[in-house]
Amino acid sequence: MKALSRIYVVLMLIFMYAPIFALIVFSFTDSPVFGKWTGFSLDLYRNIFNGEVPDLTATVWSTAVIAICVMILSVLLGTSAAIGLYNLRYPSLLRKAISFTNSVPLINPDIITAISLFLLYVFLGVSRGMVTVIISQTVLCTPFVMMCVLPMFKQMDKDLFSAAIDLGASTFQAIWHVILPQLRPGIVSGALLTIALSIDDFAVTLFNRGNDGLETLSTYIYSDAQRGGLTPEIRPLFTMIVVVAVIALIIVNIYSSRREKLRKKIFG
Amino acid sequence: MRRLSTFVAPYAIFMVILVILPLVIMAQYAVFDKEGQFTLHFLLSFTNEEILNTFIYSIGVAMETTILCILLGYPIAYILSRKEMGFPAHLITFFILPMGVNMLLNTFALVAVLDVLHIPLGTTALVIGMVYNFLPFMVQPLYNSLCKIDSNLIEAAYDLGASKITAFFKIVVPVSIPGIVSGVMMVFMPTISTFAISELLTMNKVKLFGSVVQASIGSDMLNYGAALSIVMLLVVVITQVLLKDR
Repeated sequence: MKALSRIYVVLMLIFMYAPIFALIVFSFTDSPVFGKWTGFSLDLYRNIFNGEVPDLTATVWSTAVIAICVMILSVLLGTSAAIGLYNLRYPSLLRKAISFTNSVPLINPDIITAISLFLLYVFLGVSRGMVTVIISQTVLCTPFVMMCVLPMFKQMDKDLFSAAIDLGASTFQAIWHVILPQLRPGIVSGALLTIALSIDDFAVTLFNRGNDGLETLSTYIYSDAQRGGLTPEIRPLFTMIVVVAVIALIIVNIYSSRREKLRKKIFG
Repeated sequence: MRRLSTFVAPYAIFMVILVILPLVIMAQYAVFDKEGQFTLHFLLSFTNEEILNTFIYSIGVAMETTILCILLGYPIAYILSRKEMGFPAHLITFFILPMGVNMLLNTFALVAVLDVLHIPLGTTALVIGMVYNFLPFMVQPLYNSLCKIDSNLIEAAYDLGASKITAFFKIVVPVSIPGIVSGVMMVFMPTISTFAISELLTMNKVKLFGSVVQASIGSDMLNYGAALSIVMLLVVVITQVLLKDR
């Protein structure tokens, strides 16, 4: 049974990772067609760093700018909403209403969120572009931030805030020095999740980016698909993103396990 | 603590304008035509045989994908959730991680792998690709629910004379139902609504419902697209209601 389950897990890992592995391997050859090996070469990496694919460089920049803006906006909105929601005095109805609206973008397929926002912009006569993409992605991401931040309150002492106020802190000081540090793990994971969601988002971006040629990585790959082939430089770009993501994941893991050890040391 | 509750206000306003209002506008677009005449597009759309077939076909593909995800994902989640199997605790991360990889890129890479394996693009490739993309979304909730099972409970069942199979179906499966339910929600609806993935995997030969919706918005048939979106929204509501009481 054990051997069988081991084989199964390995087989599934191969199924899940073969395509990713293929992308990484073929980033080290300069064949324009993905899947053909024409000898080891770092040309594609060189092309990226020398900016020889200007539209791809522009895409990377706009993807990064959008991801960072969305991250800041959703963390601000999501965290403040979580603080407010937790402290509602008469929670029942308003809380229910908010957790319902919160779940709408979570449950709805992306395409519905995308189209409904698109129709909103058409209805309001707003011209679409980077701003509408950022706003739309924020709609998509903020519920996730709340999902990460809200559980943090369970471990928090409700009286800490009042205590800080009694001791003479202003509301802002009390939030900054007392509440936020307690929420930090939730905020950090919410922020990371938001960046990942923003970079991956496709439908919402596609519908709301307007016609000024704004591309993010996802829409760029989609245009590639419609032209019938992947831009070769995507392969090394993806490889580098994976490497960065894996390093980030390892750091987060080490950091959290260290903190866990520290907590065990202090609290036994 | 009263002052802190006002912090919810910006988000509440934001959500009303950008979640509720858009859905209202979408509904309004759906029941009027371009001239502002009241019609019931979304009922009429189902008299169109092509749309109806696409819709039924999409539901079929989504069911196939969901069932395959459960069949393939359940063993993974179960094996990795049982500590006595001796797998490293972090291994589950590797099954969830592909969630964070761009789905389109993933699909592109899969197309290349399928090419190597001589699997032609088409309906088979479509299902393989859907399962490949959505399996992590099934494994994660399943794993989370299976981790809650106390091993002692299973041991107790054995001691009381239950066979392995009985113990599995009487103890493990019931505990994992919430996991299956959220897994189904994470897989079923996205499968119906994706359009880029299906276009890539079938070379535009097979259309899923999402493609039809996207195409109608893309060709400026806003009212029609809105009507089809409302249909999709209804499917979401129905699956939610059906699954919620479990």
